[in-house]
Amino acid sequence: MAERTIPASIGKRVPTSREETRSQEQYVTPPVDIYETAEGLMVKADLPGVAKEGLDVRVENNLLTIRGKAAHAAPGDPLYREYSLLNFFRQFELNERVDQHKISAELKHGVLTLTLPKAEEAKPRQIEVRSD
Amino acid sequence: MAEWNPFQGIEALRREIDKAFEDYNSGESPSYRAAFLPGRGPRRYPLINLLEDKDNLRIEALTPGVDPQSLNVTVVQNRLTVSGEKSRVSNDVRPEAFHRSERASGKFVRSLDLPLEVDAAAIEAEYKNGLLIVTLPKAEKAKPKQIQVKVA
Repeated sequence: MAERTIPASIGKRVPTSREETRSQEQYVTPPVDIYETAEGLMVKADLPGVAKEGLDVRVENNLLTIRGKAAHAAPGDPLYREYSLLNFFRQFELNERVDQHKISAELKHGVLTLTLPKAEEAKPRQIEVRSD
Repeated sequence: MAEWNPFQGIEALRREIDKAFEDYNSGESPSYRAAFLPGRGPRRYPLINLLEDKDNLRIEALTPGVDPQSLNVTVVQNRLTVSGEKSRVSNDVRPEAFHRSERASGKFVRSLDLPLEVDAAAIEAEYKNGLLIVTLPKAEKAKPKQIQVKVA
């Protein structure tokens, strides 16, 4: 699976003089595990602070996109801060051996689990041998 | 007064060093770091944010994928300890089945000294969307008191 992690403009921001029309949203790349099972591929991504409503998983042009809006859950004035939650973004290129219509997703405890089943034609097949 | 703890000095030193590196990297905000990789390098885990309102202190800890059953929050005097275990995938996945392995896993423990006294009996903890939120009501003694100024 090829991957893309745009939009990630992590370099130093050049101050622009004119109007800024781009959104100032910042993204981080969530860490993922991808492993293969007999039925297909499993993708697990850590998305802390993302609720089901803020998560957008889509497949378009063989491109799997994970986008999550993370929000802090505790109210109050900050006294000490070690992290801040940014939005998550990551893309993976799928190949034709994944059945794109049967992808399923589950979000639990801040971890997104995607199940990408193998297409029927990609599954190993036993070929019957005939003899005359 | 706090008990003398030889490791406190080391901890303070480590914090200073962390801070120095943070300043060095200040071109980008520290929030850009992939803050939620546990067990990779000698990093504190979980990362926490400490918040305050009038009556409560709140801790928000970054703990995605932790089994809530394994989470353990204790308070002894002024010291809060959070421990738990992050499991990654079920054990029957063979190592050669991995295409990508970025999420770390393992047991963790972290303690921190709270800046003021809390009411230990009324502490509540909640696990939501991979964040652990501990609400610690301030002890009556620790709340600010308004003092009336009398005019003679």
